Amino acid sequence: MSEQTIDLKKRRFLTKATGVVGAVGVGFVAWPFLSTWKPSAKTKAAGAPVDVDISKLESGQLVRVLWRKKPVWVFKRDESALDALNSEDLISKLADPDGTGNSKNQQPKYVSSNYRSIENKEAIAVIVGVCTHLGCSPTYRPEPGASDLGGDSWKGGFYCPCHGSKFDLAGRVYAGVPAPTNLEIPPYQYLTDSLIRIGIDQKNT
Amino acid sequence: MKNLKSLALVLSLFPLSFSVFAAGGKVHLDHADTDIMDRASLQNGAKLFMNYCSGCHAISFMRYNRIGADLGLSDELITENLMFAGSKPGETMVTAMPEGAASKWFGGVPPDLSLVARSKGTDWIYTYLRSFYNDEARIFGVNNKVLVNASMPDVLWSLREAQSEAEFDNSVRDITNFLDYVGEPAKLIRLQLGKWVLLFLGVLFVLTYMLKKEYWKDVKYGVWRRRD
Amino acid sequence: MKNKQSWIDQRFPLSKVWNEHLAEYYTPRNFNFWYFFGGLAVLMLGMQLITGIFLTMYYKPDAASAFASVEYIMRDIEWGWLIRYLHSTGASAFFVIIYLHMFRALLYGSYKGPREFLWILGMLLYVLLAAEAFFGYVLPWGQMSFWGAQVIISLFGSVPLIGPDLLVWILGDYAVGDATLNRFFSLHVIVLPLLLVVLVFLHLVALHHVGSNNPDGIEIKENKDKDGIPKDGIPFHPYFTIKDSMVVVGFIWILCAVIFYAPALNGYFLEHANFVEANPLKTPEHIAPVWYLTPFYSVLRAIPPMFGSQFPGVLAMFAAILIFFALPWLDRSPVKSIRYRSPIYKWALGIFVVSFVMLGWLGLKPVTPTYALLGRIATALYFAYFILMPWYTSIGKTKEVPTRVTE
Repeated sequence: MSEQTIDLKKRRFLTKATGVVGAVGVGFVAWPFLSTWKPSAKTKAAGAPVDVDISKLESGQLVRVLWRKKPVWVFKRDESALDALNSEDLISKLADPDGTGNSKNQQPKYVSSNYRSIENKEAIAVIVGVCTHLGCSPTYRPEPGASDLGGDSWKGGFYCPCHGSKFDLAGRVYAGVPAPTNLEIPPYQYLTDSLIRIGIDQKNT
Repeated sequence: MKNLKSLALVLSLFPLSFSVFAAGGKVHLDHADTDIMDRASLQNGAKLFMNYCSGCHAISFMRYNRIGADLGLSDELITENLMFAGSKPGETMVTAMPEGAASKWFGGVPPDLSLVARSKGTDWIYTYLRSFYNDEARIFGVNNKVLVNASMPDVLWSLREAQSEAEFDNSVRDITNFLDYVGEPAKLIRLQLGKWVLLFLGVLFVLTYMLKKEYWKDVKYGVWRRRD
Repeated sequence: MKNKQSWIDQRFPLSKVWNEHLAEYYTPRNFNFWYFFGGLAVLMLGMQLITGIFLTMYYKPDAASAFASVEYIMRDIEWGWLIRYLHSTGASAFFVIIYLHMFRALLYGSYKGPREFLWILGMLLYVLLAAEAFFGYVLPWGQMSFWGAQVIISLFGSVPLIGPDLLVWILGDYAVGDATLNRFFSLHVIVLPLLLVVLVFLHLVALHHVGSNNPDGIEIKENKDKDGIPKDGIPFHPYFTIKDSMVVVGFIWILCAVIFYAPALNGYFLEHANFVEANPLKTPEHIAPVWYLTPFYSVLRAIPPMFGSQFPGVLAMFAAILIFFALPWLDRSPVKSIRYRSPIYKWALGIFVVSFVMLGWLGLKPVTPTYALLGRIATALYFAYFILMPWYTSIGKTKEVPTRVTE
């Protein structure tokens, strides 16, 4: 036998082929390990949709429920608050009033743009109470004209104590504050007129 | 301290003393012959389990929706057929029986059956459920050949009367199959996945074998030094 | 590329290490099947470390929740079952490999000079690995975890004078309990893995210093060519890196076959009774350690209590492991490899293997009078292999050892 039988081309090909198949194998092995970091069945069960009864909710009142370990605000706005949300005076101060810019992924498609609530249920707002800046939970400041929040220019809304971000009563962010986007509206639906299920999208009607 | 020393002594001699029980308690077990890939059997087993067993026995490591997903049942179907009222699909399958009552009725809490197929084996379950016989000396009027003086009543009696012997054996086999699945739900995945993993590794092995053969020609012909 | 290499080389001996330990590390070219297992042992250590790290993310070292947390991994964590089986079946596979690796040393006299220290490091690794496996088996907190721990740790109670106090100190309680589980968890995931990694490193340093033995049991460094390269050596890289890759893939194939089709191996890798949560009020019918520790358990049971104490049995059990350390000084044979040994050595090794396997098998069985007798005979034969070694290795005619390796 001579070394003529040594085929360097074949050798290079086999090295590459083994390398590629081996790398695919490493990928296959890595996948299960990385997957274990996903929420477990137990966590998912704990993050199941939450039902909120709003039959006793009064105008101006806000309740907090925990959904997926995050506070969700459910609150009722009165007529004057709803009017304020539509006013040019307020809209001019907002960063993304109709939710088409930076904030376009912050709400489901089925909520209206200025009220950010489900049609025919304009008074009721459902908002994830987590500041889009760094995750603090803003405080509820519904009273218009609060002196510590800018007096007359304040139309009522939410104020984040951590870094001073301001949001209106539809969770829309003011321009010029640290928070980059509007507050998130979770998927939700009405089971009955007075029962909301948070965590599941409204069915198409 | 003296006690501890004698405890140590006793413990290290355990295998000796317990072998007596092991030898005395040996009963012939029928082969269960279950097939975990038989979905119809698992579905029937789940139904029978919920009807006859779940009143007393929890399978608390199992989630309703896992059974639904694995057995091809929709959330609506499991809500209607398998779940106790008021449970959610993601919850684990605990029993409705209050613990205190259980102790009063049966002299103890009926065991959780999540892992019974792994600790006792399918043959044991299959044989046990088919081995009740009348014994007036026991509180429920029955005794069991496999688990002598079992404190469990013969819950399947109505099923046995309604079915032929072969049908009844099949029903018990389905329950056993279901419990085997409950013992290790991942068994479904691993049995399906196994052949693909081995196939892939087989291909990789052939490649590495050819590569090795190619490189080792250098050694065979004594020319490895050239390619430094 | 070239630049980058020299930049690092000026600051770190990368090329030097690469050459000294891979590209220009000369390995005997006549390695056979028995030389697969060192590399595989490193693979298994890596696999146990990685799967162990991930299991630690989900396991709870608390007597009240440990058992449920293992089932949580098996059911609720995505792919958790695979990681757990890789770890639990991997433990058994690790011992299969280690026993074959050790047997290789007996076959080819790899423990003999100049490799005595290499052997001692290896034996230390074995002892630590056995401890690691024992602690690991306690963690699932099943009946076998609990009662296995109870029985084995109770052995320390038989030490004269200090026994009972020692026992309570080890347990941190008056019986195996939450405190015991917690400290065993720490030992299992931190202390022993660290020691194992360090010792494996030292084992490899020692190996590369003296060079590998081979099936002919000759020193390839004694036959060098004009460049100072052993005539019977070939570079470890690429020849053995590629060969070992092939072996690794083949081994993983077998491992996966077990993991996907029989992960508990009918109670040998995961015992049936361990699927019942630990219950201090109810002993299982039959307690046996996992298969890889049963030979020594059998030695323990073979020695009857003396002077009302179980201590002699405990001593015998530890002696059965420790006596391996003395092997390099017990073997008086002028040759290393079984190929050139006298027939009497071949018989001795054969009988030793039979007695070891027998002890392992008996350790899984309940004690009956017949088994007890067999256990004593096997124990006697086991120790005879070591104690009589200075005698039978110095008699009998050995074959002439070649100067170059044979094919």
